Amino acid sequence: MYTIGIDTGSVATKGVLFNGNIIKKVIIPTGWSPKNASKQVYTLLLEDNNVDKNKVKKVVGTGYGRVSMVFADKTVTEITCHAKGAYFINNNIRTILDIGGQDSKVISLDEYGNVREFFMNDKCAAGTGRFLQVMANLLEGDVNDLDKLAEGTAPKQISSMCTVFAESEIVSLLANGASKESIAAGIIQSIANRAVTLLSKTSIKGDIAFTGGVAKSNILKKYIESKIKKNIYTPNDTQIIGALGAAVIGWNMIDK
Amino acid sequence: MADYRELWKSLDMDLEKHDKLCEVLPEFYEDVYLSQKNRPEGMNYYNFVISEVHGLRIKELDDHKQNGGKVLGTFCVFVPDEIIFSADAIGVGLCGGSDFWVPDGEKVLPRNICPLIKASVGAKISGTCPYFQSADMLVGETTCDGKKKAWEILNDYTPIHVMDLPQMKRENDKKHWKDEIKLFMDKVEELTGNKITEERLNNAIKLINRKRRVLQRLYNTRKADKLPISGKDALLITQIAFYDDLERFIQKTEELCDELERRIEKGVGVFPENTPRILVTGTPMAIPNWKIHHLIETSGGSVVCEETCTGTRYFENTVKENNKTLDEQIDALTDRYLNINCACFTPNEGRIDDIIRLYKEYNADGVIYNTLSFCHTYSVEYKKVKEALDKEGIPVMMIESDYSLQDSGQIKTRLEAFFEMLKERKSAYAK
Repeated sequence: MYTIGIDTGSVATKGVLFNGNIIKKVIIPTGWSPKNASKQVYTLLLEDNNVDKNKVKKVVGTGYGRVSMVFADKTVTEITCHAKGAYFINNNIRTILDIGGQDSKVISLDEYGNVREFFMNDKCAAGTGRFLQVMANLLEGDVNDLDKLAEGTAPKQISSMCTVFAESEIVSLLANGASKESIAAGIIQSIANRAVTLLSKTSIKGDIAFTGGVAKSNILKKYIESKIKKNIYTPNDTQIIGALGAAVIGWNMIDK
Repeated sequence: MADYRELWKSLDMDLEKHDKLCEVLPEFYEDVYLSQKNRPEGMNYYNFVISEVHGLRIKELDDHKQNGGKVLGTFCVFVPDEIIFSADAIGVGLCGGSDFWVPDGEKVLPRNICPLIKASVGAKISGTCPYFQSADMLVGETTCDGKKKAWEILNDYTPIHVMDLPQMKRENDKKHWKDEIKLFMDKVEELTGNKITEERLNNAIKLINRKRRVLQRLYNTRKADKLPISGKDALLITQIAFYDDLERFIQKTEELCDELERRIEKGVGVFPENTPRILVTGTPMAIPNWKIHHLIETSGGSVVCEETCTGTRYFENTVKENNKTLDEQIDALTDRYLNINCACFTPNEGRIDDIIRLYKEYNADGVIYNTLSFCHTYSVEYKKVKEALDKEGIPVMMIESDYSLQDSGQIKTRLEAFFEMLKERKSAYAK
């Protein structure tokens, strides 16, 4: 007996095949069609593991593309799914910081892993993966290499949070001779500042988990830790927590 | 709809632009309202009112004017309608709820003020709102800085009388507000040429109280376990109360309430069982701003009450009736109106009490705190409200938004997550 959770985000589509434990995870780019991407993840999970689709009792969809997942038995928001996923991996987690491709959120959990309250930056892409990507392009680097570039360098102050304004701010910094490395560090620091402000909206109790694609940045994690003076837990795979939560929700729905 | 073009032309409207507005409204109304399932029969009257929003009612106002009557346009629940009606004038709440008017508003106003002000000013200067065009005088008030300064701009188009609303509720503020009501009376008498007598004012007080009571009766039906009417429909009725013919509105709403009370007896509801019940609190929703209600009710929630100026603040508390002298009547008006808990007051603890009381009365599961972008008073007040609600264990979420639909996807996700949270809480309590 299995369940499948699929999290179709703005940048990546993530899937988890689950039977009480994670059997398989898949991550592919969402591309232009969230509908196709979620279907593809579903097929990959079945085919790669030789699982008969009749053995999959529930498929739960989440992420912004959930509305186009016609084959899902249920759709749940990414907020509830992140709570369930992070709590499944570590039931000491009471606060989740999730930074994805297009939004960032803070979720506060109770001792049973239920959402107590949550906050989202829902105005624009400031301080999200998209922001990082645009800035990395400006430095003619790959977003995954920003960490390497920034390692061991004092950050240059970048005050604009808006993607558009930050871009022009960086152009002037470069023109004034600032090093690429210090700007890379500055970009990560500005995301850290934004994340800390979001975190300060809730009272932090228990362990904090950092999830979403942007959580792959180790330096960002360190910056945030030093600002809030608390250690942060990052799961092995930060991107699949929403999909995992969806699979867990499906698992709890079936009579076993 | 009959042909009103001649009438609109006589009101000096921009017909070409107005046509564009008339094109979008019916489709919008159909999407938001007519698509709802199991609506009460009695909603047909309000459908009709909306279909004639720039037609029949404007004709009625025009007829009134042809007979020598005056029309006053108002913006706020602090303006005492009793004074207007006792001088045989008609008061109408003015437009300001559509994105359509924002670009025109931005021609004369800065971008970073609230959409209600931008849309109201835009509606006037674009000449596309027949209510504005019908008004002989506008009545403003000093409930926020944005409006206060916008009156100076509107005054270039239509004469405006501004009532100076105090921002505290001490004894001398009451005296001041009483003086303001008297000044307003003088102004209305001068404009209409009609003397406001004890008898006339008494009748007007009774009439407006009847409107308040029928709205309260309507809201009482929303306390039922199975909601006989959607929040969207209830909001529409309150919005229409601001400009419809009073006697007809009261009669039709009483009829609707009869139907709703029968529905409650039979256990007929418009939402599936276990739909989270939401109290909406915050800034006014001028017609046709149905955004938050629509998003809530298409994301798996239901609105059971509005602690807003287009909700309970408009009709709760009646004016004391059967006063002996004009002075006593004005005292009664002063008391009732200054008792409204608007965020323009400091402090404004009464509003927090109201929210907690309404949450319990309407058996709500959660509170959505809705504020229009750039509304300082309501957005700052959120902190105090949230602290108080946290203490009571009442879940609350703030949504700040304007009239555009660009953020509706994100808002829907937040609402759905909030409702998932409320359902989880409820089932946890049930265990």
